[in-house]
Amino acid sequence: MKTLWLMILGRLGLGLATLLAISVIIFSAIEMLPGDLAQEILGQSATPETVAAFRSELGLDRPALERYLDWAGGIATGDFGTSMASRRPISELIAARISNTLFLALYAAAISVPLALVLGLLAALYRNSVFDRLANVTALSSVSLPEFFLGYILIFVLAQSGLFPAVADVTAEMPLGDRLYAAFLPALTLTLVVTAHMMRMTRAAIINLLASPYIEMARLKGVPRGRVILCHALPNALAPIINVVAVNMAYLVTGVVVVEVVFVYPGLGQLLVDSVAKRDVSVVQAASLIFAAAYVLLNLAADVLATVSNPRLVHAR
Amino acid sequence: MTASILPLSAARGLRSAPFTARFGMAVIALYVAVALCAPLIAPYGETEIVDAEFMPWSAEYLLGTDNLGRDMLSRIIYGARNTVGIAVATTVLAFLAGAALGILAALRGGWVDQLLSRLVDVLMAIPSLIFKLLLLTIFGTSVLSVVLIIALVDSTRVFRLARAVSMNIVVMDYIEAARLRGDGTWRLITREILPNAAAPLAAEFGLRFCFVFLAISALSFLGLGIQPPTADWGSMVRDNASLISFGDITPLIPATAIALLTIGVNFVVDWMLHRASGLKD
Repeated sequence: MKTLWLMILGRLGLGLATLLAISVIIFSAIEMLPGDLAQEILGQSATPETVAAFRSELGLDRPALERYLDWAGGIATGDFGTSMASRRPISELIAARISNTLFLALYAAAISVPLALVLGLLAALYRNSVFDRLANVTALSSVSLPEFFLGYILIFVLAQSGLFPAVADVTAEMPLGDRLYAAFLPALTLTLVVTAHMMRMTRAAIINLLASPYIEMARLKGVPRGRVILCHALPNALAPIINVVAVNMAYLVTGVVVVEVVFVYPGLGQLLVDSVAKRDVSVVQAASLIFAAAYVLLNLAADVLATVSNPRLVHAR
Repeated sequence: MTASILPLSAARGLRSAPFTARFGMAVIALYVAVALCAPLIAPYGETEIVDAEFMPWSAEYLLGTDNLGRDMLSRIIYGARNTVGIAVATTVLAFLAGAALGILAALRGGWVDQLLSRLVDVLMAIPSLIFKLLLLTIFGTSVLSVVLIIALVDSTRVFRLARAVSMNIVVMDYIEAARLRGDGTWRLITREILPNAAAPLAAEFGLRFCFVFLAISALSFLGLGIQPPTADWGSMVRDNASLISFGDITPLIPATAIALLTIGVNFVVDWMLHRASGLKD
C-alpha cells in the first residue's frame, strides 16, 4: 500500500512539472516570434510611438523572466491579466464559460462512457457476428469524420424538424432540464466522436484476455460466456479500458472547441477561437493553459486509476 | 512481413484485398484524378463570381452558388487540389522531420535521444489543437504558417513512432555488423533501418495524413486555416453553413468530401496493418 501512495505522489509531482513546462511553453510562444509581437499586431503602418506604447502596455519592454513570474503568479491567484482586445479582466471573461464547457464535456462523458462500455462488451461477447462487424466499420468511419460534419448532420436531421434547438444557447440561470435539452445536440455530437474509439478498445482489451489460461479454465469448468467476460475478463481488462476512457475524455476537452463553434455554444472553446482570430494573445494564453491543464490532469488520473486497478503496474520497472 | 506492402507483391495483394480496402483505394484514385485535372473538369473558375448568391441547384449550376455567388461544384473540384494538396505537403514535412529525428534518436541514443525525447514529451503534453491555435495567434493565419505549424506539432507524434520502431531495429545483430564495418549514420539509416521500418512507417503515413487533413479542415472551418478566396472544403462548410437551417444539404457536400477521403485512407491503412501484422483472422 505504501508503494502505491509513493507512486501516486511521484505521478502528481511529474504532473506538476509537466504543467510548469507547459506554462513556460505557452508563455514563451510570444518570444518565438522573429520580430516583435507589438509590431506584428499593429502592422507595418503603425508609427514607432504607438508600437512603443503598445510594447510597454504588454510589458514587452521588461525582461522575459520577470514577466513570466508575474504572469504565473497572477494565474496561481486567479488573475489571468487583461484582454488585449476588450481591455476587460480575463478572469471575468472566462468564469462563466469554463462552467459551460465543463457542463458540456461532463454531459457528453455521462452519455458516451457507459454506452461505449456496454457496446464494447457486447462486441466482445458476440465477436465476428454481424453486430461486431457493423460496430467495427462504424468505429473506423466515425474516427474519420470531422466533428463539424457530425454536428451539421445532427442539425440537419434533428434540428430541422424542430426536435432540438440548433443553437445551443445556455445561461447560468436556466434550470438543469432546460440546459440539458439546449445542449443535447452538441453533447450528442461529442458522444458520437468518442464512443467508437472507446468501444473498440474495450472490445480489444477483453478479447486479448480471452486466450489466457485462466479464462480457458473458467470456460472448461462450465461458466457461462457472459459471466466469463463480466467477472473474469473485465476486472483484468480494466487498466487498458480506464486508460482509453481517460484519453478520450482528454480528447473531449479539445473536441469541444469545434463543436462549440458549430452550435454557437457560449463556452471556452468559442472564446479561444474568437481570440485567435483577433490575435488577442493574452486571452489565448489563458484559455490554452486551462485546456492544457485539464488535459494533463485527465492523463494523470488515467495513470493513477490504471495503477490502482492493476497492482502489478506499481512494480513495473 | 515487410514485403507485403512493397510494390513487388502489391498486385498479388490487391486481389486478396477486402471490399473496404478496394473501396478506399478507389476513393483515393478518384480524388487524385480530380485534383490533377481540376481545371479540365470544373465548369467555372475557382474564384469566378458567376451569378447571385445562394442560387439553388440547376442545370447551369449543378450544386448552386455559394455565399458570394461562385459555382459550388467548381469550388469543390478545386478544393480537392487545394485542401488535399496542402494536407499532403504538410504530412510529408511532418514525416521528414519526425522520422529523421526519431531514427537518429534511436541510433545515437545517449544525450541526443534524451534531449529530443524530453522535448517531444513536453510538446505532446499540450493538446494538439490548442497548441496549433496558440501558434496561429502568434504567427498569424497564412497558408505557410498553417502548414509549418501543423507539420511541427504532428512531427512529434511521428517522432515517437519512428523512435519506437527503430529502437527495436538498432539492437539487431545486422546493425552491429554494419557499424563494425564502418557504415556512416546516413548509410545506416537508409540501407539498414528504413527498409525494416517501412511497414509501420507507411501505415503511420496514412494515418498521419488523415489527422493532418482533418486538422487543416477543422482550422479552415474555424476560419483560421486556408484563407479566402482559395477554395477549400473546411471554409466552404463555414461560409455556407446557414443554408443547413433552411434544409439545404449543399454545405454538407464538402464535409462529405472530407469524410469520404479520410474513411478511404483509413480502410486502406487498416488493411495494410492487418497484412503486415500477419493476422489472418
